[in-house]
This record gives sequence, structure tokens and C-alpha cells, in this order.
Amino acid sequence: MDLPDRISREESLAIGKRRRGRNWLMLGVLVALVGLFYAMTLAKLGSGVFGPR
Amino acid sequence: MTETSTARLGGNRGGDEPSLALLSGPGISSETGDFSSAADWIALLKPRVMTLVVFTGWIGLLIAPGHLNPILGFTAILCIAVAAGAAGAINMWYDRDIDAVMNRTARRPIPAGRIAPGEALGYGITLSAFAVGVMALATNWVAASVLAGSILFYVFIYTMWLKRRTPQNIVIGGAAGAFPPVIGWAAVTGGVDTMAILMFAIVFFWTPPHFWSLSLFAHADYARAGVPMLPVVAGAKHTRRQIMGYTIFLVPLTLAPWAMGLTGAVYGIAAATLGAGFLVCALRVLRDQQNDVGISLTKDAPARAAFKYSILYLFVLFAALAVDHFIG
Repeated sequence: MDLPDRISREESLAIGKRRRGRNWLMLGVLVALVGLFYAMTLAKLGSGVFGPR
Repeated sequence: MTETSTARLGGNRGGDEPSLALLSGPGISSETGDFSSAADWIALLKPRVMTLVVFTGWIGLLIAPGHLNPILGFTAILCIAVAAGAAGAINMWYDRDIDAVMNRTARRPIPAGRIAPGEALGYGITLSAFAVGVMALATNWVAASVLAGSILFYVFIYTMWLKRRTPQNIVIGGAAGAFPPVIGWAAVTGGVDTMAILMFAIVFFWTPPHFWSLSLFAHADYARAGVPMLPVVAGAKHTRRQIMGYTIFLVPLTLAPWAMGLTGAVYGIAAATLGAGFLVCALRVLRDQQNDVGISLTKDAPARAAFKYSILYLFVLFAALAVDHFIG
């Protein structure tokens, strides 16, 4: 099969840009998940979770 | 990404453009999704469809008797949204062959070659499991079970079984879209009772006139893809009668919550007024200028209007439920 060894610079830049976009999206999702689980835990434990024992 | 670059990098639908495989170099594979953007992964979740699902689910949660911590309520709505999106991604994976031949769907990430089918399937399954699991943690197992049931129903009953086999596909399959208010209700109450079932029934019977209005002016696409939508199989004239019939059934059904004393007059008046508008739309579709077999001579203007109105109808009807709950 006639496979090219390299892709053009423009295509490489375009691929890199899309990859960065996906990585930022993934970072945003992970940070949001951490926040969500933290908030869920507080909500489940109740308002007195930080109060004196 | 422009259409040109999409075709150049991802498209290989009978043209002379290089395929993904031909562009594969070191570290670049058609299986790794390097041609997809973040927007493609969001598009897999069908965000526009999600809007109505989230809204009806939120209303179900809002009007349910009882109390749910706002954070857990937000989480429940998020789970409904993610589950709907995940089911949409699995639907796109399964329907990639017919999506490729329909104008409306040909640019979706899978038929356009930007996301590999297997990746879309894995994405959908992972998000489904996540949504059901988090729903169970945040609320209760009843809500999580109904959520899981709605995903399974959409994927196996609608997408895989009904959609390509029967013109009644969206009638029965419409149940999948009717689950969200029940899930919202169950998230608060831990059960399913009369009002939840009525909300389910309203969305269920709203779906046929809504979808058939769309299919009246998009039937060429469905015919090309071999999807047996009602206008393709039974003709436009029969579809117009069915739209009228279902709307006639829907309007009194929407009045049932008020008639049964489950809502106040605010909702009752809204349901009656909105229902009158929907009946007028359905009547216009029925009486549209048409040829002998029911094909519109007005470019389906009444069907387009009915489709738009049906979306507004459901939004306002459910908003009226919430307004009535708080001020009625």
C-alpha cells in the first residue's frame, strides 16, 4: 500500500490544535468531577460536617 | 474545522480524497481519534436533543413532593443529561451507516470519519455507566434504575429493534424521551406515582405529532436511508391524519393532571390554551394544499410550523407545571 511517510506541516499543526482542545476539555471534565464529588459528599454528610464534634 | 479540511482529513465517501488510513503516520491512527476536535465529542452527545430532556427532567424534580439538596438535584439533572447524551452517542455508533446517506446527519463525527465507531461506542457505554452510578450515589436506586432503563430502551428497543423495522418506531421509541420527568420525580420521592406517570404519558403522546411533522418535510432523507418513517411507508396523507389523531388524544391528556386535582388552574388554563394552539397547527397540517397522495404544495410550511410549535408547546407546558406548583 502507498502510505506516506509524513504528513504536511499544516496537517500536523491542525492535529496538534485539535489534540490540545481535547486535552483541555478532558482537564475541565476532570476538575468538574472532582468538584462535583466533593460537593456531593458535603451534601450527603449534611450541613454539620464541619461543625464541632 | 472547515468543510474542506474535514473532507480532506476525514472524509472518504467515494471521492478521491485520501482516507484516514492513508494519512496515518507515526503516532497518528484512524483509531486514536486524532482527527476529532473537542467539539466532535460534544456533538456525539446530541446537545440540542439534550435540552428538552434536561428541562422535562428538571421540572419533574422541581414539582415532586419532598426535598432534595440542591447539589444532589443538580447532580441528578447532570446525570439525566449525560445519560441522554451517552444514549445518543451509542445511537450514532449504531446508525453510522444511515447517517452517512442522510443530508441532515452526514456531517456527524462518525460518518464524516473524524471519530472511529468503536471509540464512540466506548464513550457512550462509559458515560452511561457513569451517569447511572452517580445517580445512584447522589439520589436513590429507583431513579438510577429508571435512568438505566431509559438508556437500554433507547439503545436496544428504539435504535436497534424498532427504528429500521416499523413505521411505529417513534411511537413506541418515544417512551425513551418520556422517562426524564419520571427520573426527576423519582430522584426526589424515591418512587413513581400518578403525576410521574402522567408526565410520562404527556411526553409519550406528544412525540408522534412532533416527529411526524419533522418527517413530513424530511421524508426524502429517511427514504434514502431506508428508515421506515410513516410518510415513507404509509404516505403523507396518512401521516397528516395520524398527527391530527394523536394531537386530539394529547390535548385532553394534558388536562388530566388538572382534572384529577394534581395541579391548579394555572396549569389547566395553560394546557387548554397551548392545546388549542397545537390542534390548530395539526389541523393546518391536515388541510395543507397537497396533491392526490398528500405531498405538500406549500413546501410543507404547516408541518414546519407544527414542528416548531410542538417544541415550544412542551417547553411551555412543563414550565406551566412548575409555575402552577409554586404559585397555584
